Amino acid sequence: MKHWPIALAGFVAIAAWPLLVHDVFLQRVGALVLLAAISASAWNLIGGYAGQVSVGHSIYFGIGAYAALTLYTELGWPPIAGAPIGMVVSMLIAVVIGTPTFRLRGHYFSMATIAAAELARILASNWPLVGAAVGLMGPPRPRSVADLSFISPVPYHYLFLAALVALLGLTWAMQRSRMGYYLAAIRGGDRAASSLGVPVLRYKLYALLLSAAFTSLAGSLYAVMVGFIDPESALGILISVKMVIVAALGGAGTLFGPLVGAIILVPLEETTNALYGGSGTGITFIIYGAIIVFVARFQPGGIAEIWRKLTERRPTRVS
Amino acid sequence: MILLQVIVSGLLMGSVYALFSSGLTLIWGMMNVVNFAHGDFVMLAMYVAFFAFTLLKVGPLLFVPLAAALLFMLGVVVYLGLVRHVVRGPPLAQILGTFGLALVLRYAAFWAFTANFVSLPDNLVGGTFDIGGLRIEASRLLGGVLALVITIGMHLILTRTALGSRLLAVSEDRSAAMLMGIRPDRMQAIAWGFGAASTGIAGALIALFFYISPTVGESLALVAFVVVCLGGFGSVPGALIAGLAIGVIEALSGYLIGAVYKDVLVYSLFLIVLWVRPRGLMGTS
Repeated sequence: MKHWPIALAGFVAIAAWPLLVHDVFLQRVGALVLLAAISASAWNLIGGYAGQVSVGHSIYFGIGAYAALTLYTELGWPPIAGAPIGMVVSMLIAVVIGTPTFRLRGHYFSMATIAAAELARILASNWPLVGAAVGLMGPPRPRSVADLSFISPVPYHYLFLAALVALLGLTWAMQRSRMGYYLAAIRGGDRAASSLGVPVLRYKLYALLLSAAFTSLAGSLYAVMVGFIDPESALGILISVKMVIVAALGGAGTLFGPLVGAIILVPLEETTNALYGGSGTGITFIIYGAIIVFVARFQPGGIAEIWRKLTERRPTRVS
Repeated sequence: MILLQVIVSGLLMGSVYALFSSGLTLIWGMMNVVNFAHGDFVMLAMYVAFFAFTLLKVGPLLFVPLAAALLFMLGVVVYLGLVRHVVRGPPLAQILGTFGLALVLRYAAFWAFTANFVSLPDNLVGGTFDIGGLRIEASRLLGGVLALVITIGMHLILTRTALGSRLLAVSEDRSAAMLMGIRPDRMQAIAWGFGAASTGIAGALIALFFYISPTVGESLALVAFVVVCLGGFGSVPGALIAGLAIGVIEALSGYLIGAVYKDVLVYSLFLIVLWVRPRGLMGTS
């Protein structure tokens, strides 16, 4: 933590954001930045730290979102009560998908995750219990505070901030623990890691479990805030793609990379959506696509890599 | 009789699947790169066919080669401008590179051509044949047979010509190939050109009987992944057999258990193959 003053200043700025701006649009953007940062940071655990590029994380996001609203529509529970249940279900699904898939390397893993997520999307689109293609609605008006249904984005901002701080704290601890080094070794190469005695499959699975649980939490929080989900908005492939792009732009496998990516991309997306309405989605993804093509082509380490190069102490010249 | 009808139409669709999947498998087998934009290449070719017909008033005799030529160029440009550089990077960069390209192509099409489905007129390639009680639309027959011939032709080019040997040499051992006076970069650019040209032909052929929309490439890309995994990475004959099999499985499951679940079946099959036999049915190593 060489740069802790900057991190602290950043935290204060983010925490004070909804108090500094009074415009509801800007407050909403702030909350959405934090939400995107949660899901991208969760993806980062497996996709960044462990280097296993999942393009199917929408499956966990969707489980969280659907758990929240299904409990409301079926049992009348407050949606947030679905969050822990979604996390448990996501971890079970992660075991089912991860155990056979982690034997695959590189692209094969990515493709298997896409197929699994698409499968989930099609099944949800045809399952009446979860609203099939129409989707599910949350409580139309709050019954109690437990419904967490607020008109102002500000309460969501602090709810999401708390979740993000918890996740980043956990990631930070993980990074410094044995697991952090194991994952770094796995990222460098499966074979080399296992020849050094790293239990590769087990640690990939641990990373995926953590990642799935927090992605699911992000899904539940999204459902609580927006109050409406359908197969496309909760399980669509673009949900997965967004997590990857946000994390990769900021810097995959770095603590703050996903947050930085979210701070750049989410305002961009919200602005194009506000300017162009429905067709804004199209323009947003043209820009997103172009950004990641450029990141991949010129700066695969993302902004974190640029930052590292800028702040790195230059070796003192020996004359 | 209906069952036979379903199987035949499955085989015809499957042979088009085989064609664009063999392009994917060629690139993949040669340089271990997955083109995540492959389905969107097919989508572009479908629009080339559509606009060639509506704006230039040319028929399939011209727009199929036109789509092949345009997509060949696109493949070479994508290789030289993007893929050549990202293959040297980390795995994440390789995936992001072609995935980003897919997003740009898909949503640029969305923006330029709107989300509306379009299609070529049904009677562009005359009527319907009646062969011993089997009714086959001429457009599907033309598409299926032509795709089959070109897939086999591609296999012959790869196995029977000097160019094919050079391509193979680069995929086997890049530095050894260089010592033999082969330029790997040029060969890989050609492989990308061929791979993309296969989507050009396949796309123009599917456009004869399939709806055209900016997002059509998404599901076609998944089909191509399934076919390539099933057939074995890098194997054109494998892609041919797997493509036909997927076409038939899709058609049969669509007929027997409903259109919605045909994708469920195909994707499940894909996962099972990846988990049980990751090298595919005919793949090596």
